Amino acid sequence: MSKKLSEEQYRKTRSFQLKQWLDGTKDPFLDTVEMKPQEEFREDRTVIRERSEEKKRLLEKVYDLEHNAEMRIFQRIYRIFSVIFCVSLVLMLLIAVSNLPTVGAFERPVNNEVAKRYIEDGLDETGAVNIVTGMILDYRAFDTLGESHVLFIATCTVLILLRIDKKNSKDYMEANDRTHEPKNDIILQTVARILVPPIFIFGIYVILCGHLGPGGGFSGGAVIGAGLILYLNAFGFAKTERFFTEKIYKRMSFCALACYALAKSYSFYTGANHIESIIPLGTPGAILSSGLILILNICVGVVVAGTMYTFYAIFRKGGY
Amino acid sequence: MQLFTCILLGFLVVCAVSVSLSKNLLNSILIFMSYSLIMSIIWILLESPDLAITEAAVGAGVTSVLFFVTLKKIHAIMKDKEEEEGESHE
Repeated sequence: MSKKLSEEQYRKTRSFQLKQWLDGTKDPFLDTVEMKPQEEFREDRTVIRERSEEKKRLLEKVYDLEHNAEMRIFQRIYRIFSVIFCVSLVLMLLIAVSNLPTVGAFERPVNNEVAKRYIEDGLDETGAVNIVTGMILDYRAFDTLGESHVLFIATCTVLILLRIDKKNSKDYMEANDRTHEPKNDIILQTVARILVPPIFIFGIYVILCGHLGPGGGFSGGAVIGAGLILYLNAFGFAKTERFFTEKIYKRMSFCALACYALAKSYSFYTGANHIESIIPLGTPGAILSSGLILILNICVGVVVAGTMYTFYAIFRKGGY
Repeated sequence: MQLFTCILLGFLVVCAVSVSLSKNLLNSILIFMSYSLIMSIIWILLESPDLAITEAAVGAGVTSVLFFVTLKKIHAIMKDKEEEEGESHE
Protein backbone atom coordinates (compact mmCIF):
# COMPACT_ATOMS: atom_id res chain seq x y z
CA MET A 1 0.00 0.00 0.00
CA SER A 2 1.37 3.38 -0.95
CA LYS A 3 2.06 5.98 1.64
CA LYS A 4 -0.19 8.98 1.79
CA LEU A 5 1.78 12.24 1.50
CA SER A 6 0.88 15.40 3.28
CA GLU A 7 0.16 18.53 1.25
CA GLU A 8 3.60 20.08 1.87
CA GLN A 9 5.47 16.91 1.03
CA TYR A 10 3.45 16.53 -2.11
CA ARG A 11 4.37 20.01 -3.21
CA LYS A 12 8.07 19.06 -3.17
CA THR A 13 7.71 16.05 -5.43
CA ARG A 14 8.58 16.10 -9.11
CA SER A 15 5.18 14.91 -10.19
CA PHE A 16 3.59 18.01 -8.70
CA GLN A 17 6.06 20.23 -10.58
CA LEU A 18 5.35 18.36 -13.80
CA LYS A 19 1.63 18.76 -13.26
CA GLN A 20 2.03 22.47 -12.66
CA TRP A 21 4.15 22.82 -15.77
CA LEU A 22 1.62 20.92 -17.87
CA ASP A 23 -1.24 23.04 -16.56
CA GLY A 24 0.72 26.19 -17.28
CA THR A 25 0.30 27.49 -13.73
CA LYS A 26 4.04 27.66 -13.15
CA ASP A 27 6.92 28.40 -15.49
CA PRO A 28 9.92 26.29 -14.41
CA PHE A 29 12.36 28.94 -15.61
CA LEU A 30 10.69 31.85 -13.90
CA ASP A 31 12.61 33.18 -10.86
CA THR A 32 15.35 30.59 -11.34
CA VAL A 33 17.03 31.83 -14.52
CA GLU A 34 18.43 35.33 -14.74
CA MET A 35 16.46 37.29 -17.29
CA LYS A 36 17.25 40.73 -18.66
CA PRO A 37 14.96 42.78 -20.87
CA GLN A 38 16.46 43.08 -24.31
CA GLU A 39 17.78 46.50 -25.26
CA GLU A 40 16.28 48.13 -28.27
CA PHE A 41 18.54 48.44 -31.29
CA ARG A 42 19.37 52.11 -31.77
CA GLU A 43 21.65 54.02 -34.11
CA ASP A 44 22.63 57.62 -34.42
CA ARG A 45 21.52 59.50 -37.49
CA THR A 46 25.07 60.48 -38.33
CA VAL A 47 26.18 56.86 -38.27
CA ILE A 48 23.37 55.86 -40.62
CA ARG A 49 24.17 58.70 -43.00
CA GLU A 50 27.86 57.88 -43.01
CA ARG A 51 27.20 54.27 -43.77
CA SER A 52 24.84 54.99 -46.64
CA GLU A 53 27.27 57.48 -48.15
CA GLU A 54 30.07 55.00 -47.90
CA LYS A 55 27.94 52.41 -49.63
CA LYS A 56 27.08 54.85 -52.38
CA ARG A 57 30.72 55.72 -52.92
CA LEU A 58 31.66 52.06 -53.09
CA LEU A 59 28.94 51.31 -55.64
CA GLU A 60 29.98 54.28 -57.76
CA LYS A 61 33.54 53.12 -57.74
CA VAL A 62 32.60 49.56 -58.68
CA TYR A 63 30.23 50.49 -61.50
CA ASP A 64 32.47 53.19 -62.95
CA LEU A 65 32.98 51.29 -66.18
CA GLU A 66 35.34 53.76 -67.83
CA HIS A 67 38.02 53.40 -65.16
CA ASN A 68 37.26 49.99 -63.72
CA ALA A 69 38.74 47.51 -66.16
CA GLU A 70 37.98 44.48 -64.01
CA MET A 71 34.27 45.20 -64.03
CA ARG A 72 34.27 45.64 -67.80
CA ILE A 73 36.00 42.31 -68.34
CA PHE A 74 33.73 40.61 -65.82
CA GLN A 75 30.60 41.86 -67.55
CA ARG A 76 31.81 40.69 -70.94
CA ILE A 77 32.76 37.26 -69.64
CA TYR A 78 29.49 37.04 -67.74
CA ARG A 79 27.49 37.60 -70.90
CA ILE A 80 29.49 35.07 -72.91
CA PHE A 81 29.26 32.44 -70.19
CA SER A 82 25.55 32.92 -69.68
CA VAL A 83 24.93 32.37 -73.39
CA ILE A 84 27.16 29.29 -73.37
CA PHE A 85 25.41 27.94 -70.30
CA CYS A 86 21.91 28.40 -71.70
CA VAL A 87 22.80 26.88 -75.09
CA SER A 88 24.51 23.88 -73.50
CA LEU A 89 21.55 23.31 -71.16
CA VAL A 90 19.10 23.41 -74.06
CA LEU A 91 21.32 21.06 -76.07
CA MET A 92 21.63 18.63 -73.17
CA LEU A 93 17.86 18.55 -72.65
CA LEU A 94 17.22 18.09 -76.39
CA ILE A 95 19.72 15.22 -76.57
CA ALA A 96 18.11 13.58 -73.54
CA VAL A 97 14.64 13.88 -75.09
CA SER A 98 15.80 12.51 -78.44
CA ASN A 99 17.33 9.48 -76.71
CA LEU A 100 14.08 8.54 -74.93
CA PRO A 101 12.47 5.33 -76.19
CA THR A 102 9.60 5.99 -78.56
CA VAL A 103 6.10 6.17 -77.13
CA GLY A 104 4.36 2.79 -77.12
CA ALA A 105 7.47 0.80 -78.08
CA PHE A 106 7.63 -2.68 -76.60
CA GLU A 107 11.07 -2.32 -75.00
CA ARG A 108 10.00 0.75 -73.04
CA PRO A 109 10.66 0.37 -69.31
CA VAL A 110 6.99 1.17 -68.65
CA ASN A 111 5.98 -2.07 -70.36
CA ASN A 112 6.91 -4.40 -67.53
CA GLU A 113 5.06 -7.06 -65.59
CA VAL A 114 3.58 -4.55 -63.11
CA ALA A 115 1.46 -2.77 -65.72
CA LYS A 116 0.51 -6.13 -67.22
CA ARG A 117 -0.66 -7.41 -63.83
CA TYR A 118 -2.68 -4.24 -63.18
CA ILE A 119 -4.47 -4.57 -66.51
CA GLU A 120 -5.05 -8.31 -66.45
CA ASP A 121 -5.81 -9.04 -62.79
CA GLY A 122 -6.92 -5.60 -61.62
CA LEU A 123 -10.62 -6.28 -62.03
CA ASP A 124 -10.49 -9.59 -60.15
CA GLU A 125 -8.26 -8.38 -57.34
CA THR A 126 -9.74 -4.97 -56.60
CA GLY A 127 -13.24 -5.30 -58.06
CA ALA A 128 -13.03 -1.81 -59.57
CA VAL A 129 -14.09 -1.41 -63.20
CA ASN A 130 -12.01 1.76 -63.46
CA ILE A 131 -8.44 0.41 -63.41
CA VAL A 132 -6.97 3.82 -62.55
CA THR A 133 -8.97 4.06 -59.32
CA GLY A 134 -8.18 0.46 -58.52
CA MET A 135 -4.50 1.27 -58.88
CA ILE A 136 -4.58 4.52 -56.90
CA LEU A 137 -6.74 3.33 -54.02
CA ASP A 138 -5.82 -0.33 -53.80
CA TYR A 139 -2.36 -1.19 -55.09
CA ARG A 140 -0.91 2.22 -54.26
CA ALA A 141 -3.25 3.31 -51.48
CA PHE A 142 -0.32 4.22 -49.25
CA ASP A 143 0.72 6.97 -51.70
CA THR A 144 -2.79 8.39 -51.69
CA LEU A 145 -2.84 8.44 -47.89
CA GLY A 146 0.37 10.50 -47.98
CA GLU A 147 -1.15 12.86 -50.54
CA SER A 148 -4.20 13.47 -48.37
CA HIS A 149 -1.96 14.20 -45.41
CA VAL A 150 0.09 16.61 -47.52
CA LEU A 151 -3.11 18.52 -48.32
CA PHE A 152 -4.13 18.64 -44.66
CA ILE A 153 -0.68 19.78 -43.50
CA ALA A 154 -0.60 22.42 -46.26
CA THR A 155 -3.88 23.85 -44.98
CA CYS A 156 -2.60 23.89 -41.41
CA THR A 157 0.56 25.70 -42.50
CA VAL A 158 -1.35 28.29 -44.49
CA LEU A 159 -3.62 28.75 -41.49
CA ILE A 160 -0.60 29.45 -39.28
CA LEU A 161 0.97 31.84 -41.78
CA LEU A 162 -2.08 33.83 -42.86
CA ARG A 163 -4.20 33.69 -39.73
CA ILE A 164 -5.39 37.01 -38.33
CA ASP A 165 -6.34 37.56 -34.74
CA LYS A 166 -9.92 38.72 -34.49
CA LYS A 167 -9.05 40.98 -31.57
CA ASN A 168 -6.90 43.08 -33.85
CA SER A 169 -9.80 44.66 -35.68
CA LYS A 170 -7.77 46.90 -38.00
CA ASP A 171 -5.93 44.01 -39.64
CA TYR A 172 -9.18 42.10 -39.74
CA MET A 173 -10.96 44.84 -41.66
CA GLU A 174 -8.01 45.13 -44.04
CA ALA A 175 -7.99 41.40 -44.73
CA ASN A 176 -11.75 41.03 -45.02
CA ASP A 177 -11.93 42.82 -48.34
CA ARG A 178 -15.51 41.83 -48.96
CA THR A 179 -16.52 44.95 -47.06
CA HIS A 180 -15.35 47.08 -49.99
CA GLU A 181 -17.18 45.03 -52.60
CA PRO A 182 -20.67 45.44 -53.95
CA LYS A 183 -22.79 42.99 -51.98
CA ASN A 184 -25.80 41.06 -53.24
CA ASP A 185 -24.77 41.04 -56.88
CA ILE A 186 -28.01 39.87 -58.53
CA ILE A 187 -26.40 38.31 -61.63
CA LEU A 188 -23.88 36.38 -59.56
CA GLN A 189 -26.50 35.25 -57.05
CA THR A 190 -28.94 34.03 -59.71
CA VAL A 191 -26.20 32.17 -61.56
CA ALA A 192 -24.97 30.63 -58.31
CA ARG A 193 -28.49 29.62 -57.30
CA ILE A 194 -28.90 27.75 -60.59
CA LEU A 195 -25.36 26.34 -60.91
CA VAL A 196 -24.34 25.36 -57.39
CA PRO A 197 -26.74 22.39 -56.90
CA PRO A 198 -25.76 20.68 -60.19
CA ILE A 199 -22.08 21.26 -59.34
CA PHE A 200 -22.52 19.60 -55.95
CA ILE A 201 -24.49 16.70 -57.44
CA PHE A 202 -21.88 16.22 -60.16
CA GLY A 203 -19.09 16.24 -57.56
CA ILE A 204 -20.90 13.69 -55.40
CA TYR A 205 -21.53 11.54 -58.50
CA VAL A 206 -17.86 11.70 -59.47
CA ILE A 207 -16.82 10.64 -55.95
CA LEU A 208 -19.36 7.83 -55.59
CA CYS A 209 -18.79 6.40 -59.07
CA GLY A 210 -15.02 6.67 -58.89
CA HIS A 211 -14.62 2.91 -59.14
CA LEU A 212 -17.07 2.59 -62.05
CA GLY A 213 -16.13 5.40 -64.38
CA PRO A 214 -13.73 8.30 -64.73
CA GLY A 215 -13.26 10.33 -61.60
CA GLY A 216 -12.56 9.56 -57.99
CA GLY A 217 -12.01 11.25 -54.69
CA PHE A 218 -9.59 13.94 -55.76
CA SER A 219 -11.46 15.19 -58.84
CA GLY A 220 -14.87 15.01 -57.18
CA GLY A 221 -13.57 16.81 -54.09
CA ALA A 222 -12.07 19.53 -56.27
CA VAL A 223 -15.42 19.98 -58.05
CA ILE A 224 -17.29 20.28 -54.74
CA GLY A 225 -14.65 22.70 -53.42
CA ALA A 226 -15.04 24.88 -56.51
CA GLY A 227 -18.83 24.84 -56.00
CA LEU A 228 -18.38 25.91 -52.36
CA ILE A 229 -16.15 28.80 -53.46
CA LEU A 230 -18.77 29.94 -55.97
CA TYR A 231 -21.47 29.81 -53.28
CA LEU A 232 -19.24 31.76 -50.88
CA ASN A 233 -18.56 34.44 -53.49
CA ALA A 234 -22.23 34.90 -54.24
CA PHE A 235 -23.70 34.87 -50.74
CA GLY A 236 -20.86 35.80 -48.40
CA PHE A 237 -19.28 34.29 -45.35
CA ALA A 238 -22.36 34.66 -43.14
CA LYS A 239 -24.25 31.99 -45.10
CA THR A 240 -21.43 29.49 -45.48
CA GLU A 241 -20.46 29.72 -41.82
CA ARG A 242 -23.85 28.33 -40.89
CA PHE A 243 -22.74 24.91 -42.07
CA PHE A 244 -18.97 25.09 -42.53
CA THR A 245 -16.64 26.51 -39.91
CA GLU A 246 -13.03 25.93 -38.98
CA LYS A 247 -14.02 23.50 -36.24
CA ILE A 248 -16.15 21.45 -38.63
CA TYR A 249 -13.36 21.42 -41.20
CA LYS A 250 -10.83 20.17 -38.66
CA ARG A 251 -13.15 17.46 -37.35
CA MET A 252 -14.14 16.42 -40.87
CA SER A 253 -10.56 16.17 -42.09
CA PHE A 254 -9.43 14.34 -38.99
CA CYS A 255 -12.26 11.82 -39.20
CA ALA A 256 -11.70 11.25 -42.93
CA LEU A 257 -7.94 10.77 -42.53
CA ALA A 258 -8.36 8.49 -39.52
CA CYS A 259 -11.01 6.45 -41.35
CA TYR A 260 -8.72 6.14 -44.37
CA ALA A 261 -5.75 5.08 -42.25
CA LEU A 262 -7.81 2.52 -40.28
CA ALA A 263 -9.46 1.01 -43.36
CA LYS A 264 -6.18 0.79 -45.21
CA SER A 265 -4.20 -0.63 -42.30
CA TYR A 266 -6.85 -3.35 -41.99
CA SER A 267 -6.50 -4.28 -45.64
CA PHE A 268 -2.70 -4.11 -45.45
CA TYR A 269 -2.75 -6.36 -42.40
CA THR A 270 -4.96 -8.95 -44.06
CA GLY A 271 -3.03 -8.69 -47.31
CA ALA A 272 0.39 -9.12 -45.72
CA ASN A 273 -0.69 -12.09 -43.61
CA HIS A 274 -2.75 -13.78 -46.35
CA ILE A 275 -5.92 -13.60 -44.27
CA GLU A 276 -9.25 -13.50 -46.06
CA SER A 277 -10.67 -9.99 -45.78
CA ILE A 278 -14.22 -9.83 -44.41
CA ILE A 279 -15.11 -7.04 -46.82
CA PRO A 280 -16.62 -8.58 -49.96
CA LEU A 281 -15.52 -7.36 -53.36
CA GLY A 282 -19.07 -7.57 -54.74
CA THR A 283 -20.08 -7.79 -58.35
CA PRO A 284 -18.00 -5.50 -60.58
CA GLY A 285 -20.14 -2.68 -61.94
CA ALA A 286 -22.47 -2.34 -58.96
CA ILE A 287 -22.16 0.83 -56.90
CA LEU A 288 -21.64 -1.12 -53.64
CA SER A 289 -18.70 -3.11 -54.88
CA SER A 290 -14.92 -3.22 -54.99
CA GLY A 291 -14.44 -3.46 -51.23
CA LEU A 292 -12.95 -0.46 -49.51
CA ILE A 293 -12.45 1.73 -52.57
CA LEU A 294 -15.82 3.51 -52.22
CA ILE A 295 -15.11 4.43 -48.57
CA LEU A 296 -11.58 5.58 -49.38
CA ASN A 297 -12.90 7.69 -52.27
CA ILE A 298 -15.36 9.42 -49.95
CA CYS A 299 -12.60 10.09 -47.39
CA VAL A 300 -10.28 11.61 -50.01
CA GLY A 301 -13.15 13.64 -51.46
CA VAL A 302 -14.05 15.12 -48.06
CA VAL A 303 -10.45 16.11 -47.36
CA VAL A 304 -9.91 17.66 -50.80
CA ALA A 305 -13.20 19.60 -50.82
CA GLY A 306 -12.54 20.98 -47.35
CA THR A 307 -8.98 21.92 -48.25
CA MET A 308 -9.97 23.79 -51.41
CA TYR A 309 -12.60 25.81 -49.57
CA THR A 310 -10.34 26.47 -46.58
CA PHE A 311 -7.51 27.74 -48.78
CA TYR A 312 -9.87 30.22 -50.37
CA ALA A 313 -11.39 31.31 -47.06
CA ILE A 314 -7.99 31.87 -45.45
CA PHE A 315 -6.68 33.78 -48.46
CA ARG A 316 -9.77 35.93 -48.37
CA LYS A 317 -10.23 36.66 -44.72
CA GLY A 318 -7.43 35.13 -42.70
CA GLY A 319 -9.52 32.42 -41.08
CA TYR A 320 -13.17 31.64 -41.04
CA MET B 1 -9.18 14.25 -85.20
CA GLN B 2 -5.45 14.51 -85.87
CA LEU B 3 -5.93 18.04 -87.20
CA PHE B 4 -8.03 19.02 -84.17
CA THR B 5 -5.32 17.75 -81.82
CA CYS B 6 -2.66 19.69 -83.74
CA ILE B 7 -4.70 22.89 -83.53
CA LEU B 8 -5.18 22.39 -79.79
CA LEU B 9 -1.48 21.75 -79.26
CA GLY B 10 -0.69 24.90 -81.26
CA PHE B 11 -3.06 26.88 -79.02
CA LEU B 12 -1.35 25.35 -75.98
CA VAL B 13 2.08 26.59 -77.09
CA VAL B 14 0.71 30.03 -77.93
CA CYS B 15 -0.97 30.27 -74.52
CA ALA B 16 2.12 29.10 -72.65
CA VAL B 17 4.31 31.69 -74.38
CA SER B 18 1.84 34.53 -74.03
CA VAL B 19 1.38 33.91 -70.28
CA SER B 20 4.99 34.83 -69.72
CA LEU B 21 5.04 37.66 -72.25
CA SER B 22 1.85 39.40 -71.12
CA LYS B 23 2.55 42.62 -69.21
CA ASN B 24 -0.81 42.73 -67.43
CA LEU B 25 -1.00 40.20 -64.59
CA LEU B 26 -4.79 39.86 -64.87
CA ASN B 27 -4.49 39.00 -68.57
CA SER B 28 -1.82 36.41 -67.91
CA ILE B 29 -4.06 34.68 -65.34
CA LEU B 30 -6.94 34.60 -67.83
CA ILE B 31 -4.62 33.12 -70.47
CA PHE B 32 -3.41 30.58 -67.92
CA MET B 33 -7.03 29.63 -67.29
CA SER B 34 -7.59 29.00 -71.01
CA TYR B 35 -4.36 27.01 -71.06
CA SER B 36 -5.84 24.69 -68.41
CA LEU B 37 -9.09 24.34 -70.35
CA ILE B 38 -7.26 23.38 -73.55
CA MET B 39 -5.12 20.99 -71.53
CA SER B 40 -8.24 19.29 -70.15
CA ILE B 41 -9.61 18.80 -73.69
CA ILE B 42 -6.28 17.30 -74.69
CA TRP B 43 -6.46 14.93 -71.71
CA ILE B 44 -9.84 13.70 -72.99
CA LEU B 45 -8.35 13.18 -76.47
CA LEU B 46 -5.51 11.22 -74.84
CA GLU B 47 -8.21 8.98 -73.28
CA SER B 48 -7.71 9.92 -69.64
CA PRO B 49 -10.99 11.51 -68.50
CA ASP B 50 -9.91 11.23 -64.83
CA LEU B 51 -7.19 13.79 -65.38
CA ALA B 52 -9.48 15.93 -67.53
CA ILE B 53 -11.99 16.39 -64.68
CA THR B 54 -9.22 17.19 -62.21
CA GLU B 55 -7.51 19.61 -64.58
CA ALA B 56 -10.77 21.44 -65.30
CA ALA B 57 -11.66 21.74 -61.61
CA VAL B 58 -8.23 22.48 -60.15
CA GLY B 59 -6.34 24.13 -63.02
CA ALA B 60 -9.07 26.26 -64.53
CA GLY B 61 -11.13 26.74 -61.38
CA VAL B 62 -9.49 26.80 -58.00
CA THR B 63 -5.94 27.82 -58.98
CA SER B 64 -7.12 30.79 -61.02
CA VAL B 65 -9.44 31.94 -58.24
CA LEU B 66 -6.56 31.77 -55.76
CA PHE B 67 -4.41 33.78 -58.19
CA PHE B 68 -7.17 36.39 -58.48
CA VAL B 69 -7.44 36.70 -54.72
CA THR B 70 -3.66 37.05 -54.42
CA LEU B 71 -3.64 39.79 -57.07
CA LYS B 72 -6.35 41.58 -55.16
CA LYS B 73 -4.46 41.26 -51.88
CA ILE B 74 -1.31 42.79 -53.34
CA HIS B 75 -3.48 45.51 -54.95
CA ALA B 76 -2.39 44.59 -58.46
CA ILE B 77 -5.93 44.82 -59.83
CA MET B 78 -7.07 47.86 -57.87
CA LYS B 79 -4.04 49.92 -58.82
CA ASP B 80 -4.77 49.85 -62.54
CA LYS B 81 -8.31 50.99 -61.92
CA GLU B 82 -7.22 53.89 -59.73
CA GLU B 83 -4.64 55.01 -62.28
CA GLU B 84 -7.22 54.98 -65.05
CA GLU B 85 -9.64 56.94 -62.92
CA GLY B 86 -6.92 59.45 -62.09
CA GLU B 87 -6.13 59.94 -65.77
CA SER B 88 -9.74 60.37 -66.74
CA HIS B 89 -10.26 63.00 -64.03
CA GLU B 90 -7.31 64.97 -65.25
